[in-house]
Amino acid sequence: MPKLNVNGRVRDYQAEEDTPLLWVIREQLKLTGTKYGCGVAQCGACTVHIDGEAVRSCAMPASAVTDKQKIVTIEGLSPNGNHPVQQAWLAQDVPQCGYCQVGMIMAAAALLKKTPKPTDADIDSEITNICRCGTYNRVRSAIHQAAGIPAAPAAKRT
Amino acid sequence: MNVMTTSRRKFLTGSAAAAGGLTIGFHIPFDALAQQKPAAPAATPEINAWVVVKPDDTVVVRIARSEMGQGSLTGLAQLVAEELDCDWSKVTTEYPTPGQNLARNRAWGNFSTGGSRGIRESHDYVRKGGAAARMMLVQAAAEQWKVPAAECTAANSVITHGPSKRTITYGKVAGAAAKLTPPTDVPLKDPKDWKIAGKPLKRLDTVDKLTGKQVYGVDLQLPDMLNAAIKDCPVFGGKVKSFDAAAVMKRPGVKKVVQVGDSAVAVVADTWWRAKSALDELPIVWDEGPNANVSSATIAAVLKEGLDAKEAAAGNKVGDVEAALKAPGVKLVTATYGYPFQNHATMEPMNATAKYTPQRCEVWTPTQNGEAALAAASEASGLPPAQCEVYKLHLGGGFGRRGAVHDWVRQAVAIAKEMPGTPIKLIWSREEDMLHGRYHPITQCKLTAALDEKGELTGMHMRISGQSIVAGIFPQNIRNGLDPVVFQGLNPPGPEASIGYTIPNLLIDHAMRNPHVPPGFWRGVNLNQNTIYLECFMDELAQAAGKDPLEFRRKLMANHPKHLAVLNAAAEKAGWGKPAPAGVFRGLAQCMGFGSYVAACAEVSVAKDGKIKVHRIVAATDPGHAVNPQQIEAQVEGSFVYGLTAALYGECTVAGGRIEQENFDTYPMMRIDEMPKVETVIVPSGGFWGGVGEPTIAVAAPAVLNAIFAATGKRIRDLPLKNHDLKTA
Repeated sequence: MPKLNVNGRVRDYQAEEDTPLLWVIREQLKLTGTKYGCGVAQCGACTVHIDGEAVRSCAMPASAVTDKQKIVTIEGLSPNGNHPVQQAWLAQDVPQCGYCQVGMIMAAAALLKKTPKPTDADIDSEITNICRCGTYNRVRSAIHQAAGIPAAPAAKRT
Repeated sequence: MNVMTTSRRKFLTGSAAAAGGLTIGFHIPFDALAQQKPAAPAATPEINAWVVVKPDDTVVVRIARSEMGQGSLTGLAQLVAEELDCDWSKVTTEYPTPGQNLARNRAWGNFSTGGSRGIRESHDYVRKGGAAARMMLVQAAAEQWKVPAAECTAANSVITHGPSKRTITYGKVAGAAAKLTPPTDVPLKDPKDWKIAGKPLKRLDTVDKLTGKQVYGVDLQLPDMLNAAIKDCPVFGGKVKSFDAAAVMKRPGVKKVVQVGDSAVAVVADTWWRAKSALDELPIVWDEGPNANVSSATIAAVLKEGLDAKEAAAGNKVGDVEAALKAPGVKLVTATYGYPFQNHATMEPMNATAKYTPQRCEVWTPTQNGEAALAAASEASGLPPAQCEVYKLHLGGGFGRRGAVHDWVRQAVAIAKEMPGTPIKLIWSREEDMLHGRYHPITQCKLTAALDEKGELTGMHMRISGQSIVAGIFPQNIRNGLDPVVFQGLNPPGPEASIGYTIPNLLIDHAMRNPHVPPGFWRGVNLNQNTIYLECFMDELAQAAGKDPLEFRRKLMANHPKHLAVLNAAAEKAGWGKPAPAGVFRGLAQCMGFGSYVAACAEVSVAKDGKIKVHRIVAATDPGHAVNPQQIEAQVEGSFVYGLTAALYGECTVAGGRIEQENFDTYPMMRIDEMPKVETVIVPSGGFWGGVGEPTIAVAAPAVLNAIFAATGKRIRDLPLKNHDLKTA
């Protein structure tokens, strides 16, 4: 039986070879935090980490991932929802409907791991997830906050 | 209630508990068992339909409207909590079910969450619910102390008896309060005295969205549940001719292949991926019908004919426009605009889980209108509404797609009916979602105006030709060919969607032309294209008159002080009239809709290669009362993402009777790299209640288009911008 190492546990699963990693995670491992948005790696709602890299799991066959590779989903990002990105997201009140936010958070966490102090240009090139509610400015500001860089002051209300 | 539902309750409340108490899941309210045995001692009695106070002082505010991202859940809870004078940190929320609303003679009123109505159409009765509950809690404390209620005050969930300084918390008297007769005279606070409402409080529903614990429709798990994938005839109006179920029945996990209605086929399997994979392999022959001959070009031709058609329904008529346009010495200006079909493209595709038995039909679904979902479940199951129930799940976006029609609910019930007793979760693929939307209506608009020798606007005819959403969804509401919703933002002076200009001779009329592509209420609705037509044409008129676009507008807006105030606020903050950064140009737009007044000033540059960059947008909003300024800012920012995505990329085209764009690769979205800085100015003038989820979308495109003209001298009159080459080098 094929195996995957997800959130620190090696787990068996049963699926045809071409089954995307997303659907193994959601339907076999019952980790539903990772979302289906497009199935063609366009929107990023399905973003997980494989060995620390952000990967769009909807277009990656599960069979292409070995049990030596470490997969992390939102459920395994932090023990208590206290990853710096999650803390910053809470502080900035980022989500609206929230459906894309798990993918955003996983993409942001991977970016910060690689680039601890990202510039706006880094964010522009690395965060390519789609949000239909339109949280982009808060996403940017929360990434800066998570990096420990003071975010640009929010627009003043009059 | 049955085992399935109980399991779901446990699951959802379990997830909420795991989140650490900062937020709560949307579990089904009321202990189902307590409902059947009203005397059950464990149940906490409600004080009224809106408020439950638990012995530990937790306040449960019942929310009838759906939370789909726009923050109305938090805003509504703020309004109830304000009047309840409770401790905000103890506030949680829950959804009553549509079935409960039906059983209680609609105690929670309308469930519909669209048209930015969540707060503006229920503020009065939800605040009264909070105020009445506070009065009953105070009365209960007074009775316990045997003092007059008038000597007691309430604040922060604590009741104090003034003379004796005794105090007691809400939780201690909630049980007694629940037994009192509700007051009939329930005065409300003056908004200037608000302490919870009106404040930039954080949302109540964030924590679970950061950890993956938030349960959306697609995430629902029920014991013994099966999954379904569906394909409806890609040509609207087409039918299933035949399909070969045997070709996929042996595939792993496949349980059943069913025809759904006369136009769709679904595969049911143990997992959704297996159902979808089998469906992809299923041979289906369609009878595409006559619509297979329709294309974007044929639709455009029909709309073009409507621009000059004799017959049209007038929505706003002042003076004699025909005479004004023929008056000697006037300068005529004319332009024709167009706006395309677009898909809502909620990030979570349409989905519903249904369980049918001959006695009962239950549906779990993300919906903007639980009652409409209940009606759809009843019709599709053939069971009366009292034998149906809908459990609302969190929406991964709504934008109007999940409100007026519940096609996906009907499909899920139809499939579940083929497998009685088994819960079936139907999820649309993105492709299905793109091909079977309820699209932003397609219209064209021809504007003709007369300017006198001084450059004053003396007359304007605005002819809209094209699709009516109301004709497509509520045809019974069309009277004498008139769809009043078509004129959003163009109505005569009044409280809703009124035009902000006084034009001595004006005719705005509509030649209805309905293509076969089904229309829907798409976030911003008809305000979107009407504001482009009017506000871009105003810029054209200003240019023809040789006047500054702001000055030209101001003169026509003297009798529309609220429209004018937001325009001035946006222009001033943006620095209109002062130099912009090198290479950056400004454009203005304003409108009124969904009860609110909004305006924007966009700063745009266009590179020599034609690349457009929107640097900064200053947006002003007058929603009357601002219930939560922080969430208004979030809605204004989000509205620009929705509106700019539409302006830059949004277009569904038709070939062979079907929509050509099947996924985000061909239906692109604005991403973070294109997002401008947004500065929100909130100027609440009081005295009315406007919505904030939609109106700002409408000013996004015209402000940018007007700035593009300022930058390039090119008028773009049909969207999206991706179809235009702005190259200058």
